[in-house]
Amino acid sequence: MRFLLVEDSMTLASAVLDRLRLDGHVVDHAPDVEQARAFASAADYDLILLDIMLPDGDGRDFLKSHRLARNETPVIVLTARSAVSDRVSVLDLGADDYITKPFDFSELEARCRAVLRRRGGGASTVQRFGDVTFDPLAGALTVGDRRVSLRNKELRLLEIFLSAPDRIFSKPKLVDRLFSYDEDVSDNAIEVYVGRLRKHLSGSDVEIVTVRGMGYRISRV
Amino acid sequence: MSRSAQVSGSIRRRLIGQLVLGSAVLAAVLVLLVINLARNVAQDTQDSILMASVTSILDTMTVRDGEISVDLPYAALSMLGNVSEDRVFYRILADGQLLTGYDDLPDPGEPGREGGYVTAPYAESEIRMATAERRLSVGGTPIMVTVSVAQTRQGLMQTLAQVSRIGGAVGVGFFVLAALLAVLTTQSGLRPLRDLAGAVSRRGPKDLRPVKGPVPQEMAPLVTSLNSFIDRLRYSLSRSEDFIAEAAHRVRTPLFTVRTQAEIALRRVERPENRAAIKEMIRALDESSRAAGQLLDHAMVTFRTDHLEKEQVRLVDLAEELVDRLRPVADLRDIGLSTQSTGNPVVQGDAVLIENALRNVLDNAIKYSATDGDVSMRIGQQGGQSFIEVRDHAGGFPEGALHRMTERFARGDNAGGTVGSGLGLTIGREVLEAHGGRLALENKGDGACVTLWFPAS
Repeated sequence: MRFLLVEDSMTLASAVLDRLRLDGHVVDHAPDVEQARAFASAADYDLILLDIMLPDGDGRDFLKSHRLARNETPVIVLTARSAVSDRVSVLDLGADDYITKPFDFSELEARCRAVLRRRGGGASTVQRFGDVTFDPLAGALTVGDRRVSLRNKELRLLEIFLSAPDRIFSKPKLVDRLFSYDEDVSDNAIEVYVGRLRKHLSGSDVEIVTVRGMGYRISRV
Repeated sequence: MSRSAQVSGSIRRRLIGQLVLGSAVLAAVLVLLVINLARNVAQDTQDSILMASVTSILDTMTVRDGEISVDLPYAALSMLGNVSEDRVFYRILADGQLLTGYDDLPDPGEPGREGGYVTAPYAESEIRMATAERRLSVGGTPIMVTVSVAQTRQGLMQTLAQVSRIGGAVGVGFFVLAALLAVLTTQSGLRPLRDLAGAVSRRGPKDLRPVKGPVPQEMAPLVTSLNSFIDRLRYSLSRSEDFIAEAAHRVRTPLFTVRTQAEIALRRVERPENRAAIKEMIRALDESSRAAGQLLDHAMVTFRTDHLEKEQVRLVDLAEELVDRLRPVADLRDIGLSTQSTGNPVVQGDAVLIENALRNVLDNAIKYSATDGDVSMRIGQQGGQSFIEVRDHAGGFPEGALHRMTERFARGDNAGGTVGSGLGLTIGREVLEAHGGRLALENKGDGACVTLWFPAS
């Protein structure tokens, strides 16, 4: 996905940029309202992440002009404030959602997905691999003429595998991305979800292969 | 929060009291004046008739053959008889010697040439007597003739009593009219004050605009100071909320930076012991930021319950919005959130606080639920009270600790590795208590059941 991050704190911004790029997203960074406007008019983004307290103005002003200009790109506001009145006001101004700092990146991804699904996000997100079609927004997997609805963890696991076919993912890395840090799970917990995915993929020419001592990878038969 | 003022006296009552008292005094003075005037007029009338009578008697006195001759004219006394039933007396003296009439009439004193009047008791009654003198020459000797005519005063008293009655009635009428006018004037005079009070008390809880609209000159200082007070209130309210928001920003932003860096580090690190250390770090960061968040929530709740502003809150709408918000988080762990409601109960309260309380309770339920668990919410009314019930299937509260779960920083023994500060249920309880409701904790089936009870409105 292509993100625009509007955030004035450089350390925080670079951390977020690094983190989003790790997941393979393309991210541009605007440190103030003026540059945010320039970026937003120059390129098409899937999502804008907007901080409220900016050096040359209020993020809400950007939000207002963004919506007035009939720019349809969804906006998720990053806020440190948790007062409901603040949150309600950004939603009234046309933000699609808000997330309170500090957040879990998997929560951000979940919110992005929810926003894009609500917006009826483009078909471009549909992925094909072998004879399998995967629509992460709808959370649907199609094998031949069989359509399966995936639960959230199955969906995210499949997303991770499909982001780099044939690459080996270790169990600990997969656990990191699938479970939150306060869940005390063993690395073997991942086997349950791999098992479920394998069941969904049965009958297709795609399989999840166990690489002994290394982890898993997704491959075509 | 409405605290009634300490009342000492009432402008309206005082004004009306003073005006009524004033008109009573005025009415009394008026009545006295009228009676006095009537008395004088009546007295003058009687006096002039008496004197006319005296004069006409004096005029008929002549000296004939060296004798004083009196020819009492009929008209002289009959004009007195016309006036009323009063009895008439007369006396004629010549040099102090009785010529004719009633010798025992009171002493006229020194009437002089102009004549004089006395009022004195006589014949078991009271009489008014007019006296005049005239010098007659009897055989060259001057003789002083003194004529007195007297009349009882019953008629006069009757007239006076009648005049007093009428005067009194007029006085009472005047008093009633004046009092009525006083009440009306006071009411209309105080109307701007009442209008102002009404305009201020009709305001919504969040309406902190200055008072506008024309007011009488006398009230301008009051409105000016009221407006400056509203200004200060708005400033201090916004400063307190801004402070909490600013504190949140200051605390959370660095935590966020560190957490994000830690997550990145975790992705790059391979050695299990390093990974465990970083995970521990992230967990501690989450713990701090959650604790900070709840402390700030708690500060906000305390602040807002002190200045509770009530509006109509639709519980189902509020809960459904919140569930929409929390669903992505619950989805991450494949936890199902369901809402079931009968009707859409409306409660009087602060939507921000109620949302906060419910969010903390739901957060708890989601946090303690196992992956693939379910959290269900039920909204309805029972015995006039509205409720939101949140149930999970995560094993419930530890038995025996139910009563202290809503105390600050209390955490169940099953909290284990779950991130939390122990303030969530405290916030819930304080919000509900501020609204006159309560937070009920119990174990139902295989999980905890927390119910937010709102008082019947």
